[in-house]
This record gives sequence, structure tokens and C-alpha cells, in this order.
Amino acid sequence: MSTNFRLPDLGEGVHEAEILAVHVAPGQSVREGEPLIEVETDKAAVEIPSPVTGTVSAVDVQKGDIAKVGQILVSFDTAQAGKPPSAPPPAENKKAAVSADRPVPASPATRRLARELGVDLKTITPTGSGGIVTGDDVRQASQAKDSQAAPAAMEQPDRTETPAVTVPPQPSPAGPDTATPLPDFSQWGPIEREPFHSIRRATAARMSASWALIPHVNCQDTVDITRLEAFRRKHREEIEQAGGRLTMTVFAMKAAATALKRFPRFNASLDPAAQEIIVKHYYHIGIAVDTEHGLMVPVIRDVDRKSIRELAVELQEATQRARERSTSREEMQGGTFTITNVGGLGGSSFSAIINHPEVAILGLGQGRMQPVVVTSDAGEQEIMPRLMMPIVLSFDHRVVDGADAVRFLRQVIELLEDPDELFIAMV
Amino acid sequence: MVMGDMELTCEVAVIGSGPAGYAAAFRAADLGLDVALIDPRPKPGGVCLHEGCIPSKTGLHLAELIFDARAAAAMGLHFAVPRIELAEVRAWKKQVIETMAAGLAHLSSRRGIQDIAGRARFEDSTTLRIDGGEIRRIRCRQSVIATGSKPLTLPGTSFREGGRIMDSSQALALADIPNSLLVVGGGYVGLELGTLYAALGSRVQLVEAADRLLAGIDRDLVAPLQQRLDGLFENISLQTRVAAMQEEPNGVEVQLQDETGSTGRTVFDRVLVAVGRRPNTADLGLETTGVSLDERGSIVVDDRQQTADPHIFAAGDVAGGVMLAHKATREGRIAAEVIAGGNSLFDVRAIPAVVFTDPQIAWCGLTEEQAAAQQIPVAVQKFPWKFSGRAQSMGAADGLTKILVNPEDGRILGVGIVGRNAEGLIAEGVLAIEMGALAEDLALSLHPHPTLSETEAEAAEIFLGSPTHILPKKPQPR
Repeated sequence: MSTNFRLPDLGEGVHEAEILAVHVAPGQSVREGEPLIEVETDKAAVEIPSPVTGTVSAVDVQKGDIAKVGQILVSFDTAQAGKPPSAPPPAENKKAAVSADRPVPASPATRRLARELGVDLKTITPTGSGGIVTGDDVRQASQAKDSQAAPAAMEQPDRTETPAVTVPPQPSPAGPDTATPLPDFSQWGPIEREPFHSIRRATAARMSASWALIPHVNCQDTVDITRLEAFRRKHREEIEQAGGRLTMTVFAMKAAATALKRFPRFNASLDPAAQEIIVKHYYHIGIAVDTEHGLMVPVIRDVDRKSIRELAVELQEATQRARERSTSREEMQGGTFTITNVGGLGGSSFSAIINHPEVAILGLGQGRMQPVVVTSDAGEQEIMPRLMMPIVLSFDHRVVDGADAVRFLRQVIELLEDPDELFIAMV
Repeated sequence: MVMGDMELTCEVAVIGSGPAGYAAAFRAADLGLDVALIDPRPKPGGVCLHEGCIPSKTGLHLAELIFDARAAAAMGLHFAVPRIELAEVRAWKKQVIETMAAGLAHLSSRRGIQDIAGRARFEDSTTLRIDGGEIRRIRCRQSVIATGSKPLTLPGTSFREGGRIMDSSQALALADIPNSLLVVGGGYVGLELGTLYAALGSRVQLVEAADRLLAGIDRDLVAPLQQRLDGLFENISLQTRVAAMQEEPNGVEVQLQDETGSTGRTVFDRVLVAVGRRPNTADLGLETTGVSLDERGSIVVDDRQQTADPHIFAAGDVAGGVMLAHKATREGRIAAEVIAGGNSLFDVRAIPAVVFTDPQIAWCGLTEEQAAAQQIPVAVQKFPWKFSGRAQSMGAADGLTKILVNPEDGRILGVGIVGRNAEGLIAEGVLAIEMGALAEDLALSLHPHPTLSETEAEAAEIFLGSPTHILPKKPQPR
């Protein structure tokens, strides 16, 4: 009996997925639940387990293919499904014993690459014709290995959760520019061609669309976070014990939620078709997270209703999931505003692209000690060292004006400059 | 400073400037290391260039011309019997060697390698005493032993300069064209040099202790050569040994012994002993290092050419395995890359080998005999050259091309060729195996017509059941 396995519906709005890896080959026997295929939608990577126990009779896709929902991916011969899985047919045993001694088919260059990347060829699922392991297979396996090691790297105390300048991927009509032919760059020096993989591809499409659709305006300032930083240091350990990480992003979320309540047009979306502005009465803030695989933007819900402690814990967990690629599609949807904090990496002022269809995005740079003219209550001025953080707001000029943006930004700045004010004013 | 006290410090000392040694030295220098290359010979190249591969191929090229000129008579082209001026032949051979040696010397000095003349001996793992040169001692971080191998002698005999009992090096000196030559050993060296002398006019007899020529090569590849040699040599005696051998003023008196007993005494003008080679590990002072030897006297190395001594690497004939220059060169490069911190290892899947007889024999990867011994299932497909238009056009129809294929997935595991230009044809087999090619890949790659290379594609087509110039074995679906 033969069974066809089709790409299942992976969730709301997903019509297609890129095949990241095929873990089975024709003739291979699999048991129900064993990994079959790894696919990546524009939001997340998903490993699809085998729905049956049987022998793979055909694999209809290969790595890099884009499969549509409902398309046949793998065919099974389930005639032997009734037999106990612990006793596979003896003929197969013999086959396996013979081929186990054979060298893995791969070219000398691929073998060298595997050696250099520390990848065991035997562990790689080949995608080349006739079961040959390709250089791309080796690179893919090496990346998978590296990303498994990534959570450990996150334990480093100085890494913050957000560095990224841009906004998250979502389906969009506009794709990367393919109209203009490129010159042959190799005429000027050595080049290498790398695949434009789906998160990167989706990010590119999203950025192009947002940049093309929204008249962006940038608004920049600096925040004196000397007092907030002292406060952060004071409470950092306590939050850590609760399983969170108290970073500037956490305070910025709270300050942004407060400002969004006061200036509702920043918590909105433009509906050009209906000629309306949709104002949202919930405050879900997306946080840009830089990962091995590209930019991910998990959304923290109801920021206005959560304590600093809760937000610090939730953000830490969301960041971790994004780095492990286990963020669900749902978790990346429904944002009303986005924050991107590159301060952990360095950098001062920059401009950010709005996460369409939101109206604005807030960017944080790196806090640095700077000489600042301070006026005392008695009216005396002096120069003092203060921790100054660049802050930027990119906004959709169709929905709000420059004056609104400056008011919004001033509100955020005031809250961040004075922790007391933040905790009194915060919603 | 006294000349004999000069001491040199370098990062890598390479002992021996043959194909393994110079490849190691060149690669190490290219990777930024400070290298000394030590050899008693004034110019690099080793046995291969000076008294092995290159001089023998120079001579065999002439042999081929002689054979071709003879064979042309059957095609209507008649040459006179060639006049052989041995002094001119030697001069030509010398010119070939000197051109190549000068090139290597130039490449070495341009790379900034210190060429040290002398014989090296370890005083400890990182110190070498040098005899016979200006430099007395070399201190190095790492060294590569690439001292090669030398011909085995028969018990009770030795190779003497100017003697009538010769090793391969002496035979290649071409001192004269003996009227009668006994070749002891039916391996590739004996057959190549026997062929050369037979072409030059010697009456050649060959004895081999085993029951066949070219042990280790599939019999169907040897058969066409054997047939040719049966006509070219005066006699080929298998399962025959030299019981005694005595050099006399006007010849060598040899007593042969076959399975039935002694076959009497025969006097030959000269005797070539080609019964194998052994690694050059004596007098290297290896006892002062951690290097260990196997039962055959080869230096034990891992697949990164590292010996048991962490400071010392070994490459080429001295490091065991088949004694072939191209394998030695690769090993030398790997040693250099590992020393430079690279992640190299010897993962070659198809070491090609070529016997430069007429016809040539070449093979790579798995042989039928190995497959049988290791119980590896293979489909063997043979394309006889009598179906090749190109082979017929050059009178080389006795050739054969065969491929060994994994019957399960069609992957090419081995290629064997006997016939003209097998040396060039085998490279496609090497590439196919290294790339993991299927018989189908070989068949679908377009081969130019009319060439001998088509025989490889046709052999692959036989596996697929779709050859053109031979009838397919099984009925084809429409």
C-alpha cells in the first residue's frame, strides 16, 4: 500500500514553505514520528515528523524547493507497516551493512570543506543527484550545528537581546529587485555566490515594501539615562533571579507603551483602501532580535498591563526562542509598535525602517558617558559626565506629523530620564 | 668560524628532495614557513626524476617509436631498421632530466627554500646532523622524512657500480645494449625496462617467482600485454627463481630454478634485478626519535602523515603504501599543510597507477581482485577496443576498458584500462570516482569521436544496457 505525504497547512496565511532539509531518501525505512523533512515558512522553521511507519518510495522535493500547501512531498510504501518495527527485513540489514563501509559519495572539494567545517559526512542528508553530498549540504549541516551551539553563547552576560536595525518579515508583494541585470563581478576579483534564503528573502521583501509604501521621517535625540542605569544596575540581579534580564529595552517598552497611550496615532495602522486610520486599543510591542538565521521580531503582548519584572522575564524567554528558531508564527504577529535596540553592539544614531503596517519604530543606540551642561535648581550651569543614549523614532508621515513625533519622543525621553516619573506615569 | 660548524635554524626541515620532499618543501614555503630541503643530490627531483620515472619514460618513448615504426609495415608504411646511437640517446635523456631539475631548483630557490646538500641524520627529534655539506647541523621545529626507497637485492648479490648485475637505476644509465639480458622480476619495473631493452635490440628473458606477471593487477588487463611480451621477449618463465648468480668477466652466470628443480646454467651479458624496493630508513638516526617502523621497515604514519614522534612527519615511499610518485607528492603536501596548521588528510579514493609498457595498463579505485577478496558486490562491464574505430585506426584493437560499478546505485568504484594511452584515459576514471559519479554520469558525458575515451563511456553504457557499438545484454524498453 502506498501513502502520499503532502505539505500540511502550517497555520494562518501560510501557502508555501521552503524545503530546508530532507532527512529521508528513497528506499529508507522510517517509523512514525521520525523526522522527515524540515521546512521554513517566512516566519519559522518547522520539522515535520513522518506520519506513518513504512519505506520511503519516492521523495518529490529537494532542499531549496518551494512547496505549496497540499503538494506531495514524500511517498511511502506502507506494506510492511504491520511488521514489528524492531525486526526489519533481513535483506535491508545486509544492504545497510554493505553501504556502511562505503565512502560517502562526495567530491574531493566537498570532503575538504566538510573537514574544515568539522562536519561528519556520514551525518549529512545528501541532496545531490544519485545521493551525492554537495557543498551546500555540508554548509547547511555546519550552520545547523552552529545554531545548536548558539543558546550556550547567549549565556554571555554582556549580550543584549535586541541588536537589529530593521523590522520583521511578513508576506508582501514586493520582492527583491530582479529587473536590472548585474555585471559579471568576477571580472574584477574573486566572488562567491551564496543562497538568498527564506528569512533573508522575506526580510528583503518586507523592507522593500515598507520603504516603498511609507513616507519615512526620522526624528533623533539623546536621553540622559544616568539615573535609569543606576536603577537598572540596582535591580538587575533581582530580576536575574526571577529568570529575566533587565535591559534598557525593557524600560523602553514600558515608556513606549505609556507614550502610545498618550499619543494613540502612533499605535495605529493606515487603511488606505477604506480611507481610515485604525487605532488599536492594545499595546503589543515587537522587539527586533538578531539571530544566526536572520532578523526575528517576537511580539510581547499587553505591555501596558505587565510589570517591569514580568516584561524582563518574558522578553528573555522570547529572545531565547527566537535564537533557537522555536518562535511560533502567532508569537510574531499582532504587533502595534516595534523597538530595535542596537546598543548592545554599539552604534549611536541610525534610521530604522518601519515594520509595516505599524506607524512607527523606536530605535535605541549605545549609552555613552558624555560631557553635558547641567543647570541646577539654583540656575547654575556646570558640565557633568552623564550617560547619554541616542534615541531615534521613524514614523509614517501619512499618519502623524513631525510635531507629534517630537512630542511622542519627548514623552519617551522624559520617562527614561527619570525612573521615578516612569514608575508613576507608567500605565 | 670553521666551515664544519655552521648551524642552521629553520621551522621545517625536509629530508629528501624527491616528489614527496620537494612537494612538502614547496607547499610549506608557500604557506609562509621557513624551510630547509636536504638531499645529497645537488638538484631536486629524487629517484623519480634522476633515475626512475622520467628517464624510463624518456627511453620508453623511443621504444614506442620503434614499435610503431615496425607495426606501420602492416599498414603499408615501411621504415628502415632504426640506427640507435646510444651516446645521443643518453645525451637526450640527460637533457630532459637537466631541464626538469633546473626548473625544480629554480622553483625551490624562488620560494626562499634553503637547499642543503648533504645527508641528514637525527640527533634528536628536532636536531639533524648533516654530513657532506657546509651546514653541520639543523635545528627545526618540525621535519618531514621523505627519503624514498631503494631497490631490493637478491640474497648473496649486490649492485656494484659498473657491474653487470644492475638495479633499475643502473639499467637506466644505458651503458650499453647487451646482447642478452635477464630480467628478474615480473613487476612493472621489470616489464618496462625489459621492454626498453628489447626495443633497443637485446634478447630479453624474464623470470618471475610468482605464477603470473604484474601481481595485483586484474588478469584480463594483463592478458593483452602478456601476449605482446611473449613475442617481444625471448622467454618468460613464471614460478622460476634465481638459485645462484655469479658475475664473470664476460657475463653473468645464472642458475635458475623452477618448480621441477634446476634448469641449468645460462650466461647473460647483463642481469636486471627488479624484485621490489624497500624504504630508506637506515642511517637516519631514527632511534634517537619517537618514530616507529612497521614490519616492512616503513615509517608508521597516520592519515595526516604524522609519525609517532610529534615533531616528525613522513611522506612518500618511506611512509609505506604503494610506491608511486603522485601519491608521494600528495602526502608531502599534506604533511606541509598539517605542519602549517591546516586541516588536511589523505582521503584519496582512487590512486591511479600506470604501467608504461606497450600496451600500457592503467587502473584506479577498486580492482576486480580486491572486490572479490573484500566481498564487495560489483558489476563489471568491459568494452573491448576491437569495437572502437579509433583503436582500429591505430592498430591498437587489443585494448580493453572496464569499469566496476556498485550494482545497487550505479556508482563507479573502479576503472581498468589496457591499451594505447591508458595513461591519459585513466584520469577520467579518477575524476569519476573522486566525484562520486554514477555510470550514468559517465555515459551521458559526451565523449569526442573518434577517440579512445569513448571506450569509457561505452563501458558505462553497457552497465545501463544501452551501448551503441556493442549489442546490449538485455532487451531495451521502447
